Amino acid sequence: MADMTMTEKILAGHSDREAIRPGDIVVTKVDTVVPLDMNFYDSMWAEPSKVFDPDRIVVIFDHVVPAPNRGVGEALERGRAFAKKMGISRLHDVGPDQGICHQLIADVPYAMPGEMLVCVDSHTCSGGALNCAARGIGAPELIYVMAKGFTWFQVGETVRYELSGSLRSHVTAKDLFLHLADRYGAHVGQNMEFGGSALPGLTMDQRRTLTTMCAEVSAEFAMFEPDEVLERHLRERGRSMDGGVLPDPDAVYAEVRSIELASVEPMVGLPGSVVHNTVGVSSAAGTPINRAFIGSCANGTVADLREAAAVLTGRRVSPEVTLFITPGSQAIYQQAVHEGIIATLADAGAVVTVSSCGMCAGFQNSLGPTDVCIASSTRNFAGRMGHPDAQIYLGSSGTVAASAVAGAIADVREFA
Amino acid sequence: MEITGRVWCFGDDVNTDLIQPMHTVFKPVEEQHRYVFEANRPGWVNLVEPGDVIVAGRNFGTGSSRPAAKLLVDLRIGALVCDSINWLFFRNCVNFALPALSCHGVARMFAEGQTARIDVGTGSVQNLETGSRVSGQPWTAELLDILRAGGLLEQLARDGLLVGRGTDE
Ligand code: SF4
Repeated sequence: MADMTMTEKILAGHSDREAIRPGDIVVTKVDTVVPLDMNFYDSMWAEPSKVFDPDRIVVIFDHVVPAPNRGVGEALERGRAFAKKMGISRLHDVGPDQGICHQLIADVPYAMPGEMLVCVDSHTCSGGALNCAARGIGAPELIYVMAKGFTWFQVGETVRYELSGSLRSHVTAKDLFLHLADRYGAHVGQNMEFGGSALPGLTMDQRRTLTTMCAEVSAEFAMFEPDEVLERHLRERGRSMDGGVLPDPDAVYAEVRSIELASVEPMVGLPGSVVHNTVGVSSAAGTPINRAFIGSCANGTVADLREAAAVLTGRRVSPEVTLFITPGSQAIYQQAVHEGIIATLADAGAVVTVSSCGMCAGFQNSLGPTDVCIASSTRNFAGRMGHPDAQIYLGSSGTVAASAVAGAIADVREFA
Repeated sequence: MEITGRVWCFGDDVNTDLIQPMHTVFKPVEEQHRYVFEANRPGWVNLVEPGDVIVAGRNFGTGSSRPAAKLLVDLRIGALVCDSINWLFFRNCVNFALPALSCHGVARMFAEGQTARIDVGTGSVQNLETGSRVSGQPWTAELLDILRAGGLLEQLARDGLLVGRGTDE
């Protein structure tokens, strides 16, 4: 058969089937399984007596680290003991290798072209930036896959995005995503695949912002075509793109949508959800804010810290605002130290924290009922970052930095 | 794997808040059962009997990832057949061992109180009173194995692959 999308080809390849169609249920081998700190919490843990392959498991402590209390401390201890007992050598413990799972999955990398990866976090579709079929699954399922090495998926139909042109300055992949979320809304039961003439101009970080955010429109799998940009990323890490998968020329899509990147402007996600709920920054500008956050698996990259530093150089965070900045990994933090970025951010009055999920899910600096926050993180459901009455706006890291200086939602282009 | 049971009919878009209202999520499990469908079908939990079948319309189980499917298992529902089942909810059905099928057209094939015969292995649904049939996506052998074991973790336990659980499980 030669009419499958990238996702369908990877699922078919992992289930030893010639062809699969939307609606099919397939049992697939899994190449990489990523348990997180949360899996080892007392309420979620069930200990398998064996794992299918210790070299295909990566344990990452990222959500609530360093352990803020005794319960988490005990969970991390349980995770370390389990890894040791099973002979799992790839453990990202608190320390210099620490980082948010999806950042490490892309940076090390653990997601590989043409492979399948599962993790307990819902933003696992992030790994699709590396042409990997990556998907979030539930905690009991993760235990199951660790023991058995396979799981099952219902095959969704695919929406293809043809990207052309290039993003204008101060417009980011986050803005592009917010633009798509407003225009096309939810993608329940659908895969999102990205290709087109714009690809050479999109960095790995930008691609990952996009694939990570696809969880916010309920996509199943999100995936980029493999190309020279990915090839270079892998080569620099001693890996190859051999398993990469392109769509068949006559692949069947639910819809093909063309996006001209130059038409995208800085966007702001309004509180609640991004689905049909984002606006151009001019419509939200002036809304007072008192909390700001740059970070998460979508936007804690060096590029994000640079964007923030460009805005904050020679400026001060408004005295009314707390700006938290959390690098996606300790490696990113270190790079930012060497580039002098951390000094710029701290001099401007930002609080730079150790890498973790941090404020993204309210694990740090939780919002109170009257707080109004703008964040470059992933999700703005009510209660996501603390109190359900707090208001959460989403924007690019540049937009967040500009808003932190202004004390109100601001257009980053005016801070250039 | 065949199931035969008395039918209860529900409409479209039955969401996880109707199955498991948010205010009950943190109550003890035995108490949670009492609130299933309290908003759309008050009193139903007292009428439903083990082995009964739920027939519903489109997008059953839309909403959150909370383990609402488990409550239907705990109420000993025999099977769930709908015009369509929300994807995440279907995943939970399989993983908690609730026989469930999406079959387009099934909702209008039944009246309440009729008897349904369902085979998730072949994907077929039959109305034993009218004789009409419809079929959906059959479960694979691996999914059926999870169902027979009583769920994912139970299957691991059965296979001797589970040594212990967190105290809350
Ligand atoms: S940063 Fe936020 S979205 Fe990303 S993995 Fe952590 S909690 Fe999930």
